[in-house]
Amino acid sequence: MAATATTTSAADAVPAHGGRRLVDTVLRARELSILGALVVLVVVTAAVNSSFLSEQGIKDIFLNASILALLAVGQTMVVITRNIDLSVGSVVGLVAFASGKFVLGHDRNVLLVLVLGMAIGAACGLVNGVLVSFFRVPALVVTLGTLYVIQGADYYWAHGQQINAADVPGSLLELGNGSVLGIPYLPLITVVVMLAVGYYLRSYPSGREFYAIGSNPDAARLAGLAIRRRVLTAYAGSGLLAGLAGVLWLARFGTVVADAAHGWELRVVAAVVVGGVAIVGGLGTVYGAALGALLLTTIGSVLVVLKVDSFWQDAISGLLLLLAISVDRLLGLRVTRALRRRNVRHGA
Amino acid sequence: MAPEAPVKTDPPPVAAPRRLARLVRWDVIVTALLIVVFTGGALGTPDFATTDNLSFALDDLCEIALIALPMTLLVVAAEVDLSVASVLGMSSALLGALWDAGWAIETIVPLLIVVGAVAGLVNGLLVTRLGLPSLAVTIGTLTLYRGLAYVVLGTKAVAQFPQNYADLATKTVPGTPIPYPFALFIVLAVITAVVLHATGAGRAIFATGAQEEAAFFAGIRVKRIKLLLFVVSGVVSAFAGVIYTLRYGSARADNGLGMELSVIAAVLLGGVDFDGGRGTLGGVVAGVLLIGLLRNLLMLRDVATEIQSIVTGLLLIVSVLTPRIVAAVRETRRHPRGTVSASS
Amino acid sequence: MLRRPMAAVALVAALALGAAACGGTTKDSAKDSGGGAATSGKKADPNAPLKKNLKLAFLPKQVNNPYETLVDNAGISGAREFSGQAKEVGPSDASASSQISYLNTLIQQQQDAILIAANDPNAVCGPLKQAMSRKIAVVTYDSDAAKECRDVFINQASSEQIGRSEIQVMSELVGGKGKIAILSATANATNQNTWIKFMKDELKKPAYAGLKLVKVAYGDDDDQKSFQQTQGLLRAYPDLKGIIAPTTVGIAAAARYISGSQYKGKVEVSGLGTPNQMRKFVKDGTVHKFELWDPQDLGYLAAYAAASLASGQITGAQGEKFKAGKLGERAIGVDGEVILGPPTVFDKDNIDNYHF
Repeated sequence: MAATATTTSAADAVPAHGGRRLVDTVLRARELSILGALVVLVVVTAAVNSSFLSEQGIKDIFLNASILALLAVGQTMVVITRNIDLSVGSVVGLVAFASGKFVLGHDRNVLLVLVLGMAIGAACGLVNGVLVSFFRVPALVVTLGTLYVIQGADYYWAHGQQINAADVPGSLLELGNGSVLGIPYLPLITVVVMLAVGYYLRSYPSGREFYAIGSNPDAARLAGLAIRRRVLTAYAGSGLLAGLAGVLWLARFGTVVADAAHGWELRVVAAVVVGGVAIVGGLGTVYGAALGALLLTTIGSVLVVLKVDSFWQDAISGLLLLLAISVDRLLGLRVTRALRRRNVRHGA
Repeated sequence: MAPEAPVKTDPPPVAAPRRLARLVRWDVIVTALLIVVFTGGALGTPDFATTDNLSFALDDLCEIALIALPMTLLVVAAEVDLSVASVLGMSSALLGALWDAGWAIETIVPLLIVVGAVAGLVNGLLVTRLGLPSLAVTIGTLTLYRGLAYVVLGTKAVAQFPQNYADLATKTVPGTPIPYPFALFIVLAVITAVVLHATGAGRAIFATGAQEEAAFFAGIRVKRIKLLLFVVSGVVSAFAGVIYTLRYGSARADNGLGMELSVIAAVLLGGVDFDGGRGTLGGVVAGVLLIGLLRNLLMLRDVATEIQSIVTGLLLIVSVLTPRIVAAVRETRRHPRGTVSASS
Repeated sequence: MLRRPMAAVALVAALALGAAACGGTTKDSAKDSGGGAATSGKKADPNAPLKKNLKLAFLPKQVNNPYETLVDNAGISGAREFSGQAKEVGPSDASASSQISYLNTLIQQQQDAILIAANDPNAVCGPLKQAMSRKIAVVTYDSDAAKECRDVFINQASSEQIGRSEIQVMSELVGGKGKIAILSATANATNQNTWIKFMKDELKKPAYAGLKLVKVAYGDDDDQKSFQQTQGLLRAYPDLKGIIAPTTVGIAAAARYISGSQYKGKVEVSGLGTPNQMRKFVKDGTVHKFELWDPQDLGYLAAYAAASLASGQITGAQGEKFKAGKLGERAIGVDGEVILGPPTVFDKDNIDNYHF
């Protein structure tokens, strides 16, 4: 059955401002609902164990969620265009190890390392993007293939080697663990990236085209949108952010073997979906995705503090995901119905 | 007839080149590759084509092979089930927990099949009743079921299963290098192939994947088909969990972790179109065997795991790229002015 | 619409009940039909020379583990001393099933000896028994398999000694009183579980009445997971006094977290770690004492043990002796176990003498 996605805010064909405002309200409500869930979770846990909200505790939560949130922002760009990027986990692993080798024994400029990592990530992303946009191969297949290739290359290169925190220059470790004005660098970087990407997707016409492409690819093609360029950009962006995440992984953990972020791709997709980004594309924001990442990470910590068996973590995350997509679907249907009624009323 | 090649509107130029062009279908290529790998291995590596090694190689991929069957049907119907490995794990964990608690195997296994059916039912209902995309749903159930596996068995590993059943999972049919589970796979593969390519139900599945709305209006019960396919997927995954546990002699909650990607890789390698509506079961069987035998051969030749991973990834990309390139070439030959093709 | 599938389900359920009613195979009934122990009927010939050009294969828990790599590389170069050819093969994930594929490949390749650190003591049993029936010597190191599936087990140190000394060191560090936790590797690893068992046993002694073990957490030998488990422990038990991490990955992660947090100096970290990884934390006061042995000696000893087995010098029976190159003569103890030696305790006074 055809994806009954809501008319996107991108194709400004619908003149009714009321329709746009309704969609906006619904979307914002979606992010607010995640925020609400987070607040409830935190309050309940803090009531049981006050150290949960200690300075250390809060810092830990944000630090833990930063890398996942960063990856979620990148994945959002791709998912909005009705694609997926399963290779992010292996890119993080490759870049983390590559950066580690690069800084081993030398005192490299932190910015240089970051640029190198992002370049490697972007290159991987471009490969994905070219295969998906130019050859029009299904994204799941391509990124599954590149997952295997990148992972294999990474393990082969790393074979049994380990980067020790002792050998990583202090400046890089400071990036991962230090703070400025009391706020740790890592979440700061993630928030800046999230705001930048979010602004681009929302306020630039080329950014809004991402939504158009995901919502109705045929219409987008007929409307003359530069689909290939946007999809390529989305993948390059996802790769670049994965590369950034790889360097930050090294900065935070210091000790890296070949399999950093192994298996994270499904976690990232889960975070993105819980955050309200529709997997069929066309809907969702990076803010929601980042909140989704924060929520999923917090659940893990909450369970530990409440002394619940951490085995329940996966089961609960899975349930949350199913709940999130069900709710989104029902909301989406309602919005469509409301918009249709509005169109009829306005005689469009 | 299963829809396999794009509809031709021009009159065919010459009969022979067209038949040759027909052969450039990915599933034929995969079968050819399989034969090449097998003969190359048999001739080049002394220990490869022995009964022992082959029976082991076949035993090793029997779970992936079994699960690939319903997965093929699902992908042809334009859906996907990523939760198969977690159902396998949940089944293994339950088997371990109940066995440890003293239940009889003869009671546990049918129960596990029911559990698998229920797991598939959940997937199917969410997809057909709520209209949710199967990718998102099965990522959710993948996490949920794996979580339940851990809740049931924790981090324990249960061993000491009865020898006669364990033998059933590892021994071969007397006189052949085919292990019993693989023999089961062959039987089921034949049944699936017949259903998919020679019955109305199979045609309905193709139609559902190719153009769901049209199929629906043509009177095909799209929702019921999909629901049934998800249930079958759950049942097969659960049974594969039993085989896996008996084969390795160890029931653990993390059994089969990550296997869903291998199954999908095998199905895609077999030439099944991920957008639905196209593919052959023969191709999938060849794909499964190709991946399994190639891995076995590479290990015998002491090729590092990492290289095996790279080879699998490259094969996967090439497998989907080739039909696109072939179609694009055919397209430009027919429309030399290079018009944009209608759909992706 | 659901009637037909439901009917099928009901049928299956009925069959199940019927099968159960006729009596089935349960755990207890299966025990009687268990297979007998394999008697090799081999005789040891201590004067037999070490065969040349033996093919050895090291199969670690996972190839990406730096500790295992140290062990295996030492074993490989040790094998060169007796003109043997050794190689390392293994999975990139620490799962039992991946090891099985490699075991079967090694059997097909007709290796002379297989040296394995088992991820799961039972899962590898089938192929190991098959290997032994083909006259392939089977040596386990670091993490044992079930004893009937291997000839000899090279233990890095007496499991009992490791377990008990961990508690002794920790008790000394925290002053004999307080809550402690254990950060282990994977939950099924044989070596981990054996050590933890002895730790718990040692805690029963009256001398440690003031210590309380509140939790055993699992970091799966994954750095990031171990890091987060440490966080979790400290948040769930804010008055935790010490963490014992008997895994090189775990102790490095725990020390790193604590040294960068408010708990530095308040929570003791001890366990099994490599000097190179721990040096920074010993120098900055996070870690005061930890133990290990030389992993290279472990690999070396394992290689010689395998060669002796493959040459017929020993059969794995208690009391047999064999020569292990520069490590001298070694004897086989109970249940085919060979112990490398007592663990070394590292602290800030001696850590700079070691470089691995």
